[in-house]
Amino acid sequence: MTRYITMRVLSTIPVMVLVALFVFLMLRLAPGDPASVIAGDYATAEDVARIREQLGLSDPIVVQFLRWVGALIQGDLGTSIFSGKPVTELIGQRIEPTILLALTTIIFAVVVAVPLGTIAAFRAGSLLDRVVMLFSVSGFSVPVFVLGYILIYTFSMSLKILPVQGYKSPLVEGFGPFLYHITLPTVTLSVIFIALIARMTRASVIEVLEEDYIRTARAKGQSELTILMRHALRNAAVPVVTVIGIGIALLIGGVVVTESVFNIPGLGRLVLDAVLARDYPIIQGLILFFSFIYIFINLMIDLSYTLLDPRIRY
Amino acid sequence: MAVLEVTGLTVELPPSADRPYAVEDITLHVNAGEILCIVGESGSGKSVTAFSVMGLADKRALTPVAGTITLEGEDLLTASDQRLRKLRGEKMAMIFQEPMTALNPVLRVGDQIGEMLEIHTDLSASARKAKVIEAMRDVSLPDPEKMYRSYPHQLSGGQRQRIMIAMALTLEPQLLIADEPTTALDVTTQAQILKLIKDIQRRKGMGVMFITHDFGVVAEIADRVAVMKHGRIVEQGTVAEVLGAPKDPYTQKLIAAVPSMTPPERPEAQGSVALQTQALVKTYGQQGLFGSGRVVRAAQEVDLTVRRGETLGIVGESGSGKSTVARCVMRLIDPTSGAILIDGENIASLREGQLRPHRRDIQIVFQDPYRSLNPRRTVGQSIIEGPVNFGLAVPEAKARAAELMKVVGLSSDALERFPHQFSGGQRQRICIARALAMEPAILIADEAVSALDVSVQAQVLDLLDDVRERFDLAMLFITHDLRVAAQICDRIMVMNKGEVVETGHTAQVYADPQHAYTRALLAAAPGTGPGT
Amino acid sequence: MTDATLPAAPAETSKDISLIRHALRNRGVFWGGVVLLLIAAFAIVGPFFVADPTALNPINRLKPPGSAGLFGTDMLGRDVYSRVVNGAQISLVVGLSVAVIAVALGLFLGLIAGYIRLMDALIMRLMDGLMSIPAILLAIALISLSGATLATVVVAIVIPEIPRVVRLVRSVVLTVREEPYVEAAISAGTKVPTILMRHVLPNTIAPLIVQATYICGSAMLTESILGFLGAGIPPEIPSWGNIMSEGRTFFQLTPWIIFFPGVCLALTVLAVNVVGDGLRDTLDPRIAKAMR
Repeated sequence: MTRYITMRVLSTIPVMVLVALFVFLMLRLAPGDPASVIAGDYATAEDVARIREQLGLSDPIVVQFLRWVGALIQGDLGTSIFSGKPVTELIGQRIEPTILLALTTIIFAVVVAVPLGTIAAFRAGSLLDRVVMLFSVSGFSVPVFVLGYILIYTFSMSLKILPVQGYKSPLVEGFGPFLYHITLPTVTLSVIFIALIARMTRASVIEVLEEDYIRTARAKGQSELTILMRHALRNAAVPVVTVIGIGIALLIGGVVVTESVFNIPGLGRLVLDAVLARDYPIIQGLILFFSFIYIFINLMIDLSYTLLDPRIRY
Repeated sequence: MAVLEVTGLTVELPPSADRPYAVEDITLHVNAGEILCIVGESGSGKSVTAFSVMGLADKRALTPVAGTITLEGEDLLTASDQRLRKLRGEKMAMIFQEPMTALNPVLRVGDQIGEMLEIHTDLSASARKAKVIEAMRDVSLPDPEKMYRSYPHQLSGGQRQRIMIAMALTLEPQLLIADEPTTALDVTTQAQILKLIKDIQRRKGMGVMFITHDFGVVAEIADRVAVMKHGRIVEQGTVAEVLGAPKDPYTQKLIAAVPSMTPPERPEAQGSVALQTQALVKTYGQQGLFGSGRVVRAAQEVDLTVRRGETLGIVGESGSGKSTVARCVMRLIDPTSGAILIDGENIASLREGQLRPHRRDIQIVFQDPYRSLNPRRTVGQSIIEGPVNFGLAVPEAKARAAELMKVVGLSSDALERFPHQFSGGQRQRICIARALAMEPAILIADEAVSALDVSVQAQVLDLLDDVRERFDLAMLFITHDLRVAAQICDRIMVMNKGEVVETGHTAQVYADPQHAYTRALLAAAPGTGPGT
Repeated sequence: MTDATLPAAPAETSKDISLIRHALRNRGVFWGGVVLLLIAAFAIVGPFFVADPTALNPINRLKPPGSAGLFGTDMLGRDVYSRVVNGAQISLVVGLSVAVIAVALGLFLGLIAGYIRLMDALIMRLMDGLMSIPAILLAIALISLSGATLATVVVAIVIPEIPRVVRLVRSVVLTVREEPYVEAAISAGTKVPTILMRHVLPNTIAPLIVQATYICGSAMLTESILGFLGAGIPPEIPSWGNIMSEGRTFFQLTPWIIFFPGVCLALTVLAVNVVGDGLRDTLDPRIAKAMR
């Protein structure tokens, strides 16, 4: 057991190294010299040379990579070219809204999607099931920002019951204003997630309901509802939890867009501003940061399998 | 007095099925204190009958359209769902074929037995636990207090089936339905479970409806027998009547098809040695990076010799290593050490390129007829694949394939068809033809008749024996079934846990087994006890 | 019936034709396909019948639908309807090319990973790495580095889609290579490339077609998101994402600039996904059994 956990934790190292290598190479090998990009269209050759030196771009690529990884291990994600601040500091300043939006979204999505998917599976083929499936396929088809604007148009501009944009910190302005402002972004971002989880829950529960041990439970005289709750749900959990983990990547992409639509000063906005400013250390640092979060969450999910299913012992 | 009475039961199949009724006009009864065996081949409707009684048949696909089912005088077909739920567990209970999948993998086995009490009684948690442990002790499970907390995957197949039996019998139902409960078990475990069911049934005076396809099991356990064919009961009577003097031609045919445990006289094979293994070893797993890697010794120091014209049987239970040996010899897996000699040349460690010329000398027929042929390719394409690989022109290969179709008893227009158009037995014939198309010296049959119904099994066995003689093949016959082995093998090799425990002429081994394990195996074969 | 008598069923001539016919019998495939065909026809023929999507008309700025053009005009007075019609082409081209390229590359890598044990660990670790980089961020970074063109946008969307195709193909290969019929082919001396082409590859086709439709839908969404964020196809090309991106500034005044292309995009992607679900139900019975 401990051995499995150790092995699984260690196995994230090569993946993290690979991600670091990808991100590093992507920025170094991409067509176009970062130095001249940073220097801008009107820079002189001297300006470019100075920036090259400053970024250490004249050194051999292996040296550059090792230096960069060495810094990474010490928790240094680099320094912003324009503000001169460490990327970690910038992330620290912007992380709160992003984390909270992600959390409210996951909680809301799971709370809505799992019961929805379960009921759809339990009544497979019924009208309710079809409505859930229609919702789910539509949820995959509407771009998240279009959905955001539709919700703003309906609830903020027409009904005027929720604010159009903005973010209020629960730590500074209090929990009420926070909820008031986070509701629309959360719902917007949740839709695709709900679609994903509800679909997987439904599929997984339907599959489990065909299993022999469900028949055994019926042979015992157990009621259908208890069969669903006690025998089916826990067996159906592993694929659902897995899809939540995979969905984290979707969530991260969605956060960037949602923050942009609702004008939330989070990490997504930081990325977009950095892209516009071509501030490469920030882009690099943020991609790494998000990737490591994804790897960490999926590590946790893998480890949670052992709690969900006693057969999984390594 | 009859616990269960089924009268004129007819169950309709959906319009898309190949026949209108799953079962038709079934009339039978189970008395208290007796075991009724319902015996039939696959598709005979025996399971539908059992599930209809329990009210567990899929309501969308199977609709009872005529007849009645009464349990202690109470009509089950008209009972409400709620009433049926109450009866299930209290008055009738069921055990299934595959105890691994029939138990919920994520719940402790004690709790799964306890659920029965939770549903039907008001007992407290501690009283339930006490009753569960008593029930587990009743089915002779070792250390019930400890096993209570186990999960199904931590138990052996036999233990799981005992858990199922304990669960079914907690509330002492009047009727137990057992649907092929020993089919998935090894023969020695099967013998123990059969004995357990019989003991408990006698002790509690229950009625048991026992579904099986195996006449050996029938002989072992039944008081009365009902034989089913295509959804109808063709014959019913006491076990002595039906087994001793079957009246219906179908029953006669089925019983005649059961291979005898007595090996026939076979002449000594005189051919040259075709296949030999020396100290063949296959181990799985290795010392991991962090030590303590588990090593499984699948086959240890196996020495065997097969001559042309001879059949060597490798007999053993699951996990004995018999299939590992076959797959090593075929070089579908790489042996860990030892030699495999084909015509004197060692192929054990040849690389794929060097190995390819030898592949044609040794061919295999697998167990599962439904997965042995590529569903997307015609039978002809599958058969000529090998010969064409070795340079035979397509027209000649096709001509040879047509010849072989006759040899295996199929018509040559079968070559243009796809595998799904054939039955399991026919597909096994096609696989035999495919193997023969390579003109091999050695033929391996890996449980090649195990998935077939008994009447088809006999025909395919005859075919294998026939082609062995006709093409002077050296045959390696892998099986778990001692009856089958008795009929086809010149010599047999008994394996247990990766080791060869005994080798000898078939007649000699059956008459005078030397090793304790061989004796246990022979004693456990169903239908060898009194009554046969 | 004795075991040796043959069934009277006629021989099948071509499994593939009947497969397509079979798939079309599915309501989702049929109606989704009809909608897609209409959209595609519109995208191909439409641009010849509408005004120049880039023609400026400063007097007619931000006009509501109906008063100037079917869908109104944008802040530069360009006709939104003709821009949306032209944008359909971009979306379909991006969706199709991403699906084809991602599936082709994924199939190649997946076959290698599934059949050549030495390459398996290497390829799969690479894919794990690629999967853990959020797709949109990766695409944004790639595009901003290499300059925004239609080609770079397609490449940037393709890369994050590859790992899922590789995983799918590999899992099919790993299952199929255990099938006795593949072992029979090995025993018959068939060489590895032939085994892959003859016995393994055909099993990947149905799940890949299904996967390709989903990738097509998701690629169209990603393209629009990239355009919306200002990191996609160059702004002078009227892609749906770009139209909506330009509509943001005046959203409270002129919401139709976002809604019309948004609805068109959602409808197209919905049609693609409905076809995908239908194909999955008919072509891939393994998953379909669970998902129906």
